Amino acid sequence: MSLVELKQVTKDYQIGEMFVRALKNIELDIKEQSFVSIVGPSGSGKTTLLNLIGCIDKPSSGEVFVNGTAVNSFSNKEAARFRGQHLGFIFQNFNLLPVLTTYENVEYPLIMVQNIPAGKRRERIMHYLEAVGMIDQKDKYPSQLSGGQKQRVAVARALVTDPKLVLADEPTANLDHATAFKVIELMKQMQQNLKTTFIFSTHDPKIVKEAEIIYTLEDGKLVSK
Amino acid sequence: MTSLLIIIGVVMVIVFSGVSVSFKSMMIGSITDSMLGHLQIHKKGYVSSIDNLPLHLNINEKGIKQLENVFEKHTDVIEAFSYRIKFGAMLSNFQETTNIRLTAVQPQMENAACPRLVERINGDIQNPDKFIEQGKIIIPENLANGLKLKAGDEVVLIANNKDGSVNGLSLRVSNTIEGLMGPSGRDGFVHIEDAKTLLRIQGNEINEVAIRLKNPDNLNGMNKLLADELSHFENKQNKPVFELHTWADLSPFSTIAAIVNLLIITIKIVLIAIVLISILNVMMMSVYERVSEIGTISAIGTLPSKILWLFMAEGFSLAIISTIVGNIIGVLALLLINIANIHFSFGKMKNILLETSIAPSELISVSLIVIFIAVISSLQPALKASRMQPVDALRHV
Ligand SMILES: Nc1ncnc2c1ncn2[C@@H]1O[C@H](COP(=O)(O)OP(=O)(O)OP(=O)(O)O)[C@@H](O)[C@H]1O
Ligand SMILES: [Mg+2]
Repeated sequence: MSLVELKQVTKDYQIGEMFVRALKNIELDIKEQSFVSIVGPSGSGKTTLLNLIGCIDKPSSGEVFVNGTAVNSFSNKEAARFRGQHLGFIFQNFNLLPVLTTYENVEYPLIMVQNIPAGKRRERIMHYLEAVGMIDQKDKYPSQLSGGQKQRVAVARALVTDPKLVLADEPTANLDHATAFKVIELMKQMQQNLKTTFIFSTHDPKIVKEAEIIYTLEDGKLVSK
Repeated sequence: MTSLLIIIGVVMVIVFSGVSVSFKSMMIGSITDSMLGHLQIHKKGYVSSIDNLPLHLNINEKGIKQLENVFEKHTDVIEAFSYRIKFGAMLSNFQETTNIRLTAVQPQMENAACPRLVERINGDIQNPDKFIEQGKIIIPENLANGLKLKAGDEVVLIANNKDGSVNGLSLRVSNTIEGLMGPSGRDGFVHIEDAKTLLRIQGNEINEVAIRLKNPDNLNGMNKLLADELSHFENKQNKPVFELHTWADLSPFSTIAAIVNLLIITIKIVLIAIVLISILNVMMMSVYERVSEIGTISAIGTLPSKILWLFMAEGFSLAIISTIVGNIIGVLALLLINIANIHFSFGKMKNILLETSIAPSELISVSLIVIFIAVISSLQPALKASRMQPVDALRHV
């Protein structure tokens, strides 16, 4: 069954008088429980594509289906609710909340997004901290963690809400090669254990090899699978 | 950092209103306690011609009885009252003559109604209840200087009585007195019995009653109450017999007090504007600094309404903390002013202690205004945060 489906998706950006076509007639079908990578040179439209799938941005034309729902016509509020219920995000810059500890960062989506009662939170948070190997660091603040550790916390935060799909835009771009590899391994392991679908973008060819399915973007066009 | 500005704003509002309100009430206190009393009763029409000090508008024996009945009924709110006869006279030291305004009083009554009158009298007063004796006169300081009079000197008072005949009375100067606003003024004091002799008044007759209230804060309420009582007394033409005035009606200082009030309000508005601007500033900065965090929590799925709420809560708690700290510092500052024993003089009354105080209701109202303003001024930045698109916010570095 397909989890993500894009039909004739085009995305234009307008800068003053000029139009930039970031994506051109994208047709895409991603099955559940897959581990997908999107590659392409800088400016090829990777971020734009992930934003559309992640209900963070809307296409100029075409349709986007995620988990069987047409997400391209969502209002801001509907999109936020959908993201909170079904999607997880991992960012290039980790984007942990600096005033919260590791534990609290993982707790945040459970409190503020999914309203999980306090009693049920702790076990889940500890489970995911354990899974990403960050239990010892649970009381540290992001500023006290290394890049690899931060991204592990971010993985735990993305997964703690039990999402169907995790989107990661260049999750390893700010990490050295060995660490990047470990983070991708962690994501892969999670994907196998939890049956969650992962889509990540990168332009590191060695990392790409870890993916099961690889889409290549070039100048806004999907050139190969 | 800018929360400091809010704290300073709150502190300044508190200190300023504490000091200015106490200052004002002290000024008013000096006027009421040493000259006017809180309320005054005259025969109808007296105050409009008060500058001539008329004698044909006296309150007679019957009127005094009526008033006494009223006072007796309200001993719970009236602390004291004093009967006065005010009249104009010529004062002569046997070489020179000048005119003088005299207030004839019964010293014990007067001291009860205006307890701080004696503070204005030069020289020591053994017993304030007998600050003026029969056969004596207290004359204004500058008249004493002008006529080269000192305590113990003999003077003659010459006055017309009601019928126009002229009488004289010789008296001894006991003390000099300073006017409320300094050494000027032409107001002297004699004993009420001497005035009756001089003005050939038989029986009981007065033209002014000064009333001291137990609770001067309820001036207007008492004014209404007594005015109501007094309106029952009517003459044969069914016109009211008495008129009642508050100190504010009789003193030009009431205008000054009103100006002070206006000033306080103006300064409060300015300070509150400072609070508004600082909170707006803090919140704007806070939103701006956290664009990427806002993008993150928004992407994760935090609803816009929750983001709005988060920032409103931040502004609110900022205001709460600032007002609490501001209140504490402000009250401490007022206490410090009290401890510092700042004295100042107001006319003859020297060494008045500046005793600041601020009503808890004032603190509460200032705090509520600040918090209200804080919420209002957080609204705009919070709305801005909640309307941010995660795409744009995440791109921001
Ligand atoms: N907000 C925007 N306004 C205007 N043009 C944009 C905007 N976002 C992206 N673009 C343009 O769209 C195209 C695709 O950009 P996108 O960020 O998706 O590329 P990318 O593959 O993620 O590149 P990188 O590897 O550098 O992150 C680029 O030409 C870019 O200039
Ligand atoms: Mg990109």
